[in-house]
Amino acid sequence: MAVKLLLEKAHIEGIRSYEVYRREGGYRSVEKALKTMSPENIVDEVKKSGLRGRGGAGFPAGMKWSFIAKPEGVPRHLVCNADESEPGTFKDRYLMENIPHLLIEGLIVSSFALGSNDTYIYIRGEYAWIVDILETAINEAKANGFVGNNILGTGFNCNIHVQRGAGAYICGEETALIESLEGKRGNPRLKPPFPAVKGLWERPTVVNNVETLSAIVPIINMGGEEYAKIGVGRSTGTKLISACGNINQPGVYEIDMTISVEEFIYSDEYCGGIANGKRLKACIPGGSSVPILPANLLLKTAKGETRYMNYESLSDGGFATGSMMGSGGFIVLDEDQCIVKNTLTLARFYRHESCGQCSPCREGTGWMEKILHNIEYGKGKISDIDLLWDIQSKIEGNTICPLGDAAAWPVAAAIRHFRDEFAWHVNHPDESQKRNFGLAHYADPIYVPVTA
Amino acid sequence: MSEQPLFKVTIDNITIEVPAGTTILEAARKIGGEVAPPTMCYYSKLKGSGGKCRTCLVEVSKGSEKDPRPMPKLVASCRTTIMDGMEVKNITSPKVLDARAGVVEFLLLNHPLDCPICDQAGECHLQDLSYEHGKEKTRYEFQKRVFHKVDLGDKIQLHMTRCILCYRCVFTADQLTTNREHGILDRGDHSQIATFIQKNLQNDFIGNVIDVCPVGALTDKTFRFKNRVWFTKPVDAHRDCDKCCGEVQLWMRGDEVYRVTARKDEWGEVKESSKGSTGWICNECRFDKKKVSDWIIEGPSNINRHSVISQGHYVGLKKPNETLSKVMQGRDPKLLMNIHEVSEVNKENIQLSLLERPAHSNDFNQ
Repeated sequence: MAVKLLLEKAHIEGIRSYEVYRREGGYRSVEKALKTMSPENIVDEVKKSGLRGRGGAGFPAGMKWSFIAKPEGVPRHLVCNADESEPGTFKDRYLMENIPHLLIEGLIVSSFALGSNDTYIYIRGEYAWIVDILETAINEAKANGFVGNNILGTGFNCNIHVQRGAGAYICGEETALIESLEGKRGNPRLKPPFPAVKGLWERPTVVNNVETLSAIVPIINMGGEEYAKIGVGRSTGTKLISACGNINQPGVYEIDMTISVEEFIYSDEYCGGIANGKRLKACIPGGSSVPILPANLLLKTAKGETRYMNYESLSDGGFATGSMMGSGGFIVLDEDQCIVKNTLTLARFYRHESCGQCSPCREGTGWMEKILHNIEYGKGKISDIDLLWDIQSKIEGNTICPLGDAAAWPVAAAIRHFRDEFAWHVNHPDESQKRNFGLAHYADPIYVPVTA
Repeated sequence: MSEQPLFKVTIDNITIEVPAGTTILEAARKIGGEVAPPTMCYYSKLKGSGGKCRTCLVEVSKGSEKDPRPMPKLVASCRTTIMDGMEVKNITSPKVLDARAGVVEFLLLNHPLDCPICDQAGECHLQDLSYEHGKEKTRYEFQKRVFHKVDLGDKIQLHMTRCILCYRCVFTADQLTTNREHGILDRGDHSQIATFIQKNLQNDFIGNVIDVCPVGALTDKTFRFKNRVWFTKPVDAHRDCDKCCGEVQLWMRGDEVYRVTARKDEWGEVKESSKGSTGWICNECRFDKKKVSDWIIEGPSNINRHSVISQGHYVGLKKPNETLSKVMQGRDPKLLMNIHEVSEVNKENIQLSLLERPAHSNDFNQ
């Protein structure tokens, strides 16, 4: 049984309430941090822990914290990004629904470290019922002196506000989130200035994911160095993976990043294998925007080594033969799934969610969707595949925010690894409407050239 | 005022010194010519504009003297400030030219290209952009998005179909007028410029949204379909106006004033007035003063020789700043054939523009 830090207590009856959470050792880290540590100590511990942002980019959290500007007389803010909208990702929802006090606890410690007296949770609009759960939890914590003014008699004030979004994926991008939080249209800002310098209301701001902030609690409790011992290499600690798709046991799993992808999919402790006895065809290992991988490249890297569930191993081989850890939205596709249809679904999503601010993303996402629609419904041309490739390359890297990249990568990866499935769709317009391409050679062992 | 430090920046092999805090684009405009990246959304007089259209993307091949690492991605030159010793590649970078061609293609995807019936033709930035940086063919084979025309009050028409969502008019309405009645609805490729339930735009300065619109999405209803801009002659004129600077450009044909606009500089932006402020003009000057007697005429406007509007106006020719030989570090562009070497018809010493009458073959026999 692997180490569990975040979900260890998540299934205790009544853990949502303050009494049970406190009885189970909750809010210890607040006591430890506020009474025995200085903000610098906490930042140092987080740096030592090697914790990487769990929202998708995997940027070291301690480093991000140390970038925050500290001008005299200007308030600073911590914003918790709970706008979890990446298709395939539902780990934050699970955390907030089951063990909301863990997030509150992490928020107070982090606010103390960053000097934020007003901390915000920006939650996606569709999570309407979680807002109530969080607000109840905040009020309970307030009643017990962990939130509000003069926390634990230390003189530190911290109020936590929950703000609902209005249902836009783009508001998960940190600068769009800040704009939306300010009450404006959620368009991403141009960087620089970065939020660490000018964020919410032009004040220094740190935006972190729910899981990142929750992970601060075990880091403070056990110490950064202890935390760094869990996991492997630069992938320290535990990571929540929300597994879905054609597997026997979809759900949220906490892993310590030492297990292989194969074990994760097939062991009974985790996904429990592919549903209905089918075979694995492909997988999107980190939420919809990361590159899709065929079965053979998913289980083994291009060098023939076993692929593990951690940041480095999943991205081994770059985009040519690898993918990304992303936000941990693990989407498994079996042999009956059509990659073209899957890519179309994703393209439609990104077209719908593009904010429309900068031209490559606004126009390019719609164009890709239309072409994919044609290919999927048997009206495509063989030149469309190269055209798609060209469009995605013109979007990637040329946009204001990463949504352009996120829209381009799935299309690029699908064409890179599944070009023959696209070609089959084009060349067999009638047949492709009646049956799927199937598994084909996508699970065949990869030829690894032997070097002397 | 304290002395601002000067930073050295090299753009396409041309080095200049500019005050710290200048953007790459403003520095490139100081050099002028082809080196200045095209802009569709950036407007130096509107705070917060820029960064959206991505036509001004440039490559930063050297970050600064202190940190010479190149920037990993192409950057929007209109919103990136220069650092000391920065090296920028615009027209010398194939990556930039490729990305720019891509952006032009994206911008034209949903643009109707109805230039023959569009009032903006001849002074349209998108037209210039696609002429200079676009490809001759589109690869888009789908229906373009279409919107109904909307009247924003009795003087301004909004034709969203032509809009490229540069947000300039939104910034204008935000920064020049008092009530915010005008913004963007929806998102993505279905987002649109809109007013609150087709509310009229009634502010005294709202007419300026027509001047900032780079395409024919916002047009002057008092001028629509009356004339092509290149048949009219622009003259500078002014009047005493208690609301605005009163310094305008009249677009005349014969004795008739067809249209009144603000004066624009070589980048298509509203010029500064003689009092130093930006020369926005009020609706009264723009829409209601259409008689010559309303105005004191100063003389013909200077029009860029490359503009189609300059056809037929032989006065006040303004030669654009040629930068190509500097970009190529002293070498001239290679000519396939020098006409003067093979023909005796065209004589360099004869200036046709100085003739007071149409040219005649006798003029070459001097």
